[in-house]
Amino acid sequence: MCDSCGCGDTNLVPIDVQQRILSDNERTAMHNRHHFLERSLLAINVMGSPGAGKTAVLEATAKALDGARLIGALAGDLATDNDAQRLNAAGIRAESITTGSACHLDAGMVHHALHHLPWSDLDYLFIENVGNLVCPAVYDLGQAANVVLLAVTEGEDKPLKYPVMFHKADLVLISKIDLLPYLPDISLDRIVESLRRVMPDPKYIAVSARTGQGIAEWMQWLRDQEAGVASGDGHASHHHDHTHV
Amino acid sequence: MHEYSIVQSLYDAVAAQAAARGGKAVHALRVRIGEMSGVDPGLLDTAWRTFRVRTICEDASLEVQIVAAEWQCSLCGAEVRRGGVLTCAACGAPAKLKQGDEILLDRIVMEVP
Repeated sequence: MCDSCGCGDTNLVPIDVQQRILSDNERTAMHNRHHFLERSLLAINVMGSPGAGKTAVLEATAKALDGARLIGALAGDLATDNDAQRLNAAGIRAESITTGSACHLDAGMVHHALHHLPWSDLDYLFIENVGNLVCPAVYDLGQAANVVLLAVTEGEDKPLKYPVMFHKADLVLISKIDLLPYLPDISLDRIVESLRRVMPDPKYIAVSARTGQGIAEWMQWLRDQEAGVASGDGHASHHHDHTHV
Repeated sequence: MHEYSIVQSLYDAVAAQAAARGGKAVHALRVRIGEMSGVDPGLLDTAWRTFRVRTICEDASLEVQIVAAEWQCSLCGAEVRRGGVLTCAACGAPAKLKQGDEILLDRIVMEVP
């Protein structure tokens, strides 16, 4: 209450804050990123619709690498651990993040899961996000790159409908490309044209987990990213009060 | 529907500001949400109305300022039209987002002792 003149008015003050609302998540993401960098670990946030083929592409990745890289995965899933089981069966060291009703992973969930997955000797860590083209795009997890899957069966205009997700993509894997001959109304050119309207410098590879088409090119893209995490100097610059397995 | 978790973070930020200043009640908030931020202003407002009940923000209105997406050439700085192919018509370089991805708590109006 105003006590200077006795008018009884409340003291209302405007405070200019200019604060990023997700700054807590960004801090945790940066913490994760430091952990990954200190181990020269390439962390990839894998996003896409339910059924786009995220798990299948990771299975094909494990097969193609054939032990040349040690790979792990965190699989975000609303209700089951089916994906993590499939990934483990494919030779990927995988752990589930069961999100319950949450439609996306955040940096805190990834950090928590890292305490349950022995990850420090891995070369690649794939973070398979919840199947969803909206919410996962908003949350930084500490990854080195975002890879978004777009199955040819999803339609040519998906990038235009979900511009934020595709704008955030460092690479789009156009998946299930082996089905293209059965989809007379879908053209790869028109999918790429949609990407060019939401991604300034679109990078994409057409892949099939089933036939192996494009998988060699995907392996090369992964190898090209290794240089970006090779410095191994993340640890000195951040403080933490816990240990990781 | 990640707007509930955005609102949780928003509330935490406001509550921290109020605690630091001994604020008793929050009367109004203003946020800036970019068109390319991935946050839906309508859903954010709905989430806020649900969340604010029985908090110091019980009566706090939420003003959402929408920030339009603007693209410019990453090389020569020329404006790149939205909706089209995101490369510069003049020099062919890829565009970059100049504004429109912000998720920002801009201003709080609160009652202080």
